Amino acid sequence: MLDIRNLQARVGGGADILKGITLHVNAGEVHAVMGPNGSGKSTLAQVLAGNPAYEVTGGSATLDGNDLLAMQPEERAHAGLFMAFQYPVEIPGVSNAYFLRSAYNEIRKAHGQDEVDPLEFLDIMEKNLALVDMEPSMLNRSVNAGFSGGEKKRNEILQMAVLRPRLAILDETDSGLDIDALRIVAEGVNKLRRPDNATIVVTHYQRLLNHIVPDFVHVLSAGRIVKSGGKELALELEEKGYDWIETPAEAVA
Amino acid sequence: MTAPVLLREFEDFAANGGGSGPSWLLPLRRAAIDRFAALGFPTPKNEDWHFTSVAPIAEGTFRALPGGPARSVRLGAADVEPFTFARPDWIRLVFVNGRYDAALSSGAARPTGVTVTDLARAWREQPEVLERHVGKVADYQRTAFTALNTAFMHDGALIQLAPDVALETPIHLVFVSTPEAAGSASHVRTLIVAGHHARATVIESYVSLGGATGYFTNAVTEAVLGDGATLAHLKLQTESERAFHVGTLQAHQGRDSHLVSFAYAAGGELARTNVYTLLAGEGSGATLHGLYLLDGEQHVDQQTRIEHASPNTFSREVYKGILDGSSHGVFNGQVFVRPEAQKTDGKQENNNLLLSAQARIDTKPQLEIFADDVKCTHGATVGRLDEMALFYMKSRGIGAERARKLLTYAFAAGVIEAVGVPEVRAELEALTLRRFAGAGAAAGS
Ligand SMILES: Nc1ncnc2c1ncn2[C@@H]1O[C@H](COP(=O)(O)OP(=O)(O)OP(=O)(O)O)[C@@H](O)[C@H]1O
Ligand SMILES: [Mg+2]
Repeated sequence: MLDIRNLQARVGGGADILKGITLHVNAGEVHAVMGPNGSGKSTLAQVLAGNPAYEVTGGSATLDGNDLLAMQPEERAHAGLFMAFQYPVEIPGVSNAYFLRSAYNEIRKAHGQDEVDPLEFLDIMEKNLALVDMEPSMLNRSVNAGFSGGEKKRNEILQMAVLRPRLAILDETDSGLDIDALRIVAEGVNKLRRPDNATIVVTHYQRLLNHIVPDFVHVLSAGRIVKSGGKELALELEEKGYDWIETPAEAVA
Repeated sequence: MTAPVLLREFEDFAANGGGSGPSWLLPLRRAAIDRFAALGFPTPKNEDWHFTSVAPIAEGTFRALPGGPARSVRLGAADVEPFTFARPDWIRLVFVNGRYDAALSSGAARPTGVTVTDLARAWREQPEVLERHVGKVADYQRTAFTALNTAFMHDGALIQLAPDVALETPIHLVFVSTPEAAGSASHVRTLIVAGHHARATVIESYVSLGGATGYFTNAVTEAVLGDGATLAHLKLQTESERAFHVGTLQAHQGRDSHLVSFAYAAGGELARTNVYTLLAGEGSGATLHGLYLLDGEQHVDQQTRIEHASPNTFSREVYKGILDGSSHGVFNGQVFVRPEAQKTDGKQENNNLLLSAQARIDTKPQLEIFADDVKCTHGATVGRLDEMALFYMKSRGIGAERARKLLTYAFAAGVIEAVGVPEVRAELEALTLRRFAGAGAAAGS
């Protein structure tokens, strides 16, 4: 489903941050991407979502055979990509309800489906709000404005639940969550798992992977995947830290 | 309309009808035109006009015909219907090219204690109240355009509220300009007198019909707020981008009175809005909101002046501007706190959003405080659309054009929400969404 080959990217004309990432994700799989601070995890997520601040300098990425890198960010969303931001953006003045309904309808339109009206949408929202244990009143608040860290993360999962992506990339959705919120988020993700979609979970901590069990774990270091394995790799990392993993030559220099 | 031409025109005017009306009126006009002769049109050296050149007005050929050009313009109800907020029931006076049009106005019954009269008639029928206030609040000594209006004023409105009257529905004044207005100036004048503890909303709409261009509106509204009175004043200026406009609201506030002003400026090639108030009575306050939306080559300037002249007075001010194209916006917010105005509480904010690299804004908060026990703050910002917010919206599937519009609208939403009349609020929301729509479809609700 997702096919990344030798992907390289940088920001503001500097040196490459991603130095050749290769990763294949099939439908039905959950992949975890781990790695120390600054290793390029968010960069990978942002590049896949199409953040114009990042420049792709080499390699390719396709979703269901379509060239992701040639698409606008909104087209990637229409194609089924969803990236939960590590730092969700505040948009004062735009209500959550209006924002989500606009997104929902634009994706429907892109698929030749009719838009839903505000009342129908409210129905859809009610079910999904329960999934992430959020109050309906938050729909009237501005997108993420004044939300607590945990509320922002739950709001990302709410969006994911409503938009039903084929491929979800969760960038540290677990950081800053207490154990209850973590469980809610993880349960949300698990309930949304289907044989025809896939999830990439970016995280620092093994604890999330107790709740969302990955099929594969990849370790990112200095812009490269330096180790891949099964879920036991995450446990090993938890025990030994990242130091035992071979560091690529450039990063040492 | 150079100054010497205007002085000659005034003599013609004084000789032919300008002298009619109550006996005190001609001397007032003379005092005003003399003052104008002394002041002349403001130049950029005048600090009230530092960022705005009025040359296009001063050198234009606008004839200061009081009451506007030919009476022959005949509009039908359908022509003005788009400006009525679908509320034919409101008390409404319609002026076409500066002249009152009874047929287009709504004859809605005035509740007891409420007088709404066209000014041309009021000179004859209610000269006493006019004599008491006209020219006493609007300062023609300092402001050339107010002097000019005072010299040539003829039509407009007189609104009087008896003490304790609370009027629920707005009083609506609509100033329509048609293509026949080209080359002319209209000096419309409005006097609002709110008795003690009276409460009302007055809306002034300035609009162009049929692509009217090349005309000049020089409007002055004087408002007298008695003790405990509340006046909500909404000025909606949506004239064509080839119109010239100077509009002044000047208020005098009694004890515990409250002026709630909202000024919307989206039209005009060169437009200036002044909102001035004197917080004369203890405990009085002013809440001033403004929104200016500029595009193309427009130059739109807003000046506010709040004079805290008594203890325990307050002011709250938020003006926002959205500028596109190669437009030029100006905001000058003056707050004066006199020595006796202890415990003044003032807050001013001006936020600007630039949508293009060529658009320009000059923002100048100006606080002069002569009392020592006061709380006054101000802030001004100039920014662009938040790229991260745009990306966030796009990453959720919202198209670039729509995302831009939503963010632009969200910027303005805060002040639009302050509009107390639901019909006007809805209209402004729609106007704002449409204004920067580009080629994309209008957003739904
Ligand atoms: N917009 C940017 N401008 C400048 N440098 C950037 C930008 N984004 C990322 N970088 C740099 O790229 C490197 C990788 O950053 P990235 O955010 O991808 O790391 P990360 O693995 O997600 O880290 P963390 O665990 O702290 O979230 C860092 O050195 C970072 O400073
Ligand atoms: Mg990160």
